[in-house]
Amino acid sequence: MNYNWNWSIFLEPSPEGAGTYADMLLSGLSWTIATALSSWIIAFVLGSLVGVLRTLPSAGAQRIGTAYVELFRNVPLLVQMFLWYFVLPEVLPGNAGTWLKQLPNAPFYTAVVCLGFFTASRVAEQVRAGIQSLPRGQRMAGTAMGLTVAQTYRYVLLPNAYRIILPPLTSEFLNNLKNTSVALTIGLLELTARARSMQEFSFQVFEAFTAATILYVLINLVVITAASFLERSVAVPGTR
Amino acid sequence: MTSSPMPGPTVAEPVAPGARAPADSGLQSGRLIAPQAGGAPGVPMIAIDNVNKWYGDFQVLTNCSTAIVKGEVVVVCGPSGSGKSTLIKCVNALEPFQKGQITVDGTKVMDKATNLPKLRSRVGMVFQHFELFPHLSITENLTLAQRKVLRRPAEEAKKRGLDLLARVGLSAHASKYPGQLSGGQQQRVAIARALAMDPIVMLFDEPTSALDPEMVGEVLDVMVELARDGMTMMVVTHEMGFARKVADRVIFMDRGEIVEDATKDDFFGKPRSERAQQFLSKILQH
Amino acid sequence: MFSNFDFSVIGSSLPYLFGQGMVFTVTLTALAAGMGVVLGTLLAMMRLSGVPGLKHIAKVYVELMRSLPLVLVIFWFYFLVPYIGAWVTRAPNPIQVGAFSSALITFTLFEAAYFSEIMRAGIQSISKGQTGAANALGMTYWQTMANVILPQAFRNMLPLLLTQTIVLFQDTSLVYVLSLTDFLGAASKVAQRDGRLVEMYLFAAVVYFAVCFTASFLVRRLQRRVAIIR
Repeated sequence: MNYNWNWSIFLEPSPEGAGTYADMLLSGLSWTIATALSSWIIAFVLGSLVGVLRTLPSAGAQRIGTAYVELFRNVPLLVQMFLWYFVLPEVLPGNAGTWLKQLPNAPFYTAVVCLGFFTASRVAEQVRAGIQSLPRGQRMAGTAMGLTVAQTYRYVLLPNAYRIILPPLTSEFLNNLKNTSVALTIGLLELTARARSMQEFSFQVFEAFTAATILYVLINLVVITAASFLERSVAVPGTR
Repeated sequence: MTSSPMPGPTVAEPVAPGARAPADSGLQSGRLIAPQAGGAPGVPMIAIDNVNKWYGDFQVLTNCSTAIVKGEVVVVCGPSGSGKSTLIKCVNALEPFQKGQITVDGTKVMDKATNLPKLRSRVGMVFQHFELFPHLSITENLTLAQRKVLRRPAEEAKKRGLDLLARVGLSAHASKYPGQLSGGQQQRVAIARALAMDPIVMLFDEPTSALDPEMVGEVLDVMVELARDGMTMMVVTHEMGFARKVADRVIFMDRGEIVEDATKDDFFGKPRSERAQQFLSKILQH
Repeated sequence: MFSNFDFSVIGSSLPYLFGQGMVFTVTLTALAAGMGVVLGTLLAMMRLSGVPGLKHIAKVYVELMRSLPLVLVIFWFYFLVPYIGAWVTRAPNPIQVGAFSSALITFTLFEAAYFSEIMRAGIQSISKGQTGAANALGMTYWQTMANVILPQAFRNMLPLLLTQTIVLFQDTSLVYVLSLTDFLGAASKVAQRDGRLVEMYLFAAVVYFAVCFTASFLVRRLQRRVAIIR
């Protein structure tokens, strides 16, 4: 193998003019984190809503929930990204479409919405599984005390379900974080995109990708540590 | 070869098995077993010598010693957690132990040089939960190890398997799957599966304790027949009726130790240790 | 609202979309799934082997793959495979590897990590008594695995393995970043050539949805059947 390693490349100025290659990667990292966190808010709220719909007694509500999950789970994320970015502005009525097209930072907003809706379908499945794993008596006990359906979910079912599904939710959070890289196809300058452009500018392929790899592994470790800390702090005494 | 002093002080003279030992082919005379190989004169079939085993800091077996000669039927009993199942699993090294020695037909089971699969293929074992392979038909269960381990041709393996299936009275179920049989039927198949390997000794690890009460009898009947055919057997069980009927010796274990190791008559007639007396009085009450 | 759109572009490009694009996608999915399951099973066996070196290599490999975005892994192997090829064949310079081979290697190695987690759970779901019984009959580790443990683990995990294959089918669309002509790549090329992005991407979404929805439906039916047999 005759590859010329050059680890000092990170300290050299990037051709973009502002800062070194290291700065470039770190700016990518911050876009990755910003996109992941913003989209997670949508995913968590919308996913919980859809998950709850699928556990309601009403057949109509269940059908809506199921349709949502099936729709967003059976189309590749990349295709969804293109639909939001290229197709939506064209099919919206005139003014709205134009507004969308002229939106500054459009790749970021599109990625956030797209990932939010996509990940919501996965969160919904976890929330549903969590609620269904609770003893049936819990719901009845809530109803018997005179709680409304919404109150039963808010005070009885969801607090328990979220605790149960914390581990799978953590891995959905990490999946969402990794999926932000798909947004490089619509021009989001996140970490993988920055590593890729560093490779194109400097020809130091493996240094760029190694750095990105290490950064992704580090975020994973931070998230896993934070999640296990969260798990311990919300654990109900007396339960496993 | 082991030259260590045989069993502890309470061991009675093992009953000579000669009286019941078979002479000719098991199948022709309608028995469950073929003539046995192994078991040179004077050498015990199974010699357990000062075996100690720990799980971490917790000692599960303490200085266990006994010997089983060819043709002998030994019942091992004791309260749950006494280590009896662990001890029997040490005999074919399904459970490793840290100190002491076990030899089967002269071969050390924990020796690195020992070909364990080969040794195990000569030691039949029957488990509490049957452990038939659920994805294989009864016939396939009976023939798998014959073909893969003993390298018997498929036809020969099948014939041997079906003969034994007939002997345990289940010929009609040859092409069924384990899940379609009752617990008692599954355990009889498991016995046939072990016998198909032509073992020199059979180990039974609580063979009836996972069965519904009405199915215990059919399994014990097969085991009694096997004992009467002269098979060397080590049986962990609470079935004292079985022990009275066919055992030569009874070993009583408690807290990982062999507390009593006596002939059947001595054990049931005048158990020496208080713990064995208590155990017997509890068990024989029902 | 679709008055400005011309969906006839779909009809005229069907042979290209399916004859080339979908064939590429399906071939890549099938081969990568097959090889990925084999490699994944080996990784799972290594991880459960208790042999210190093997166990840790498998663990690090699986955890590393699972913590990286697929897009980054695709880039990694796109540049790395020529060097590995040169190293294996002792060639002095990086050797050219076809785009398809490069993608196949990438997806096999990446998905193996996910398949290995499924197979690990599958192997662990088989009771220890089964291994004990096989060992007691004199079977070696490999005989026990091949005849007793893996067939059961594989059957129990078949629905999950197939579900993961559907995910893989969707993931292959990411070869777009290498400008390969999979189904989405083909749709995208037509879209850009004719300026028909809306029509082509909507059509691609509909096709992916139809394939994946049908496949998931079949897997759910299979799952119910497996559940009954057990």
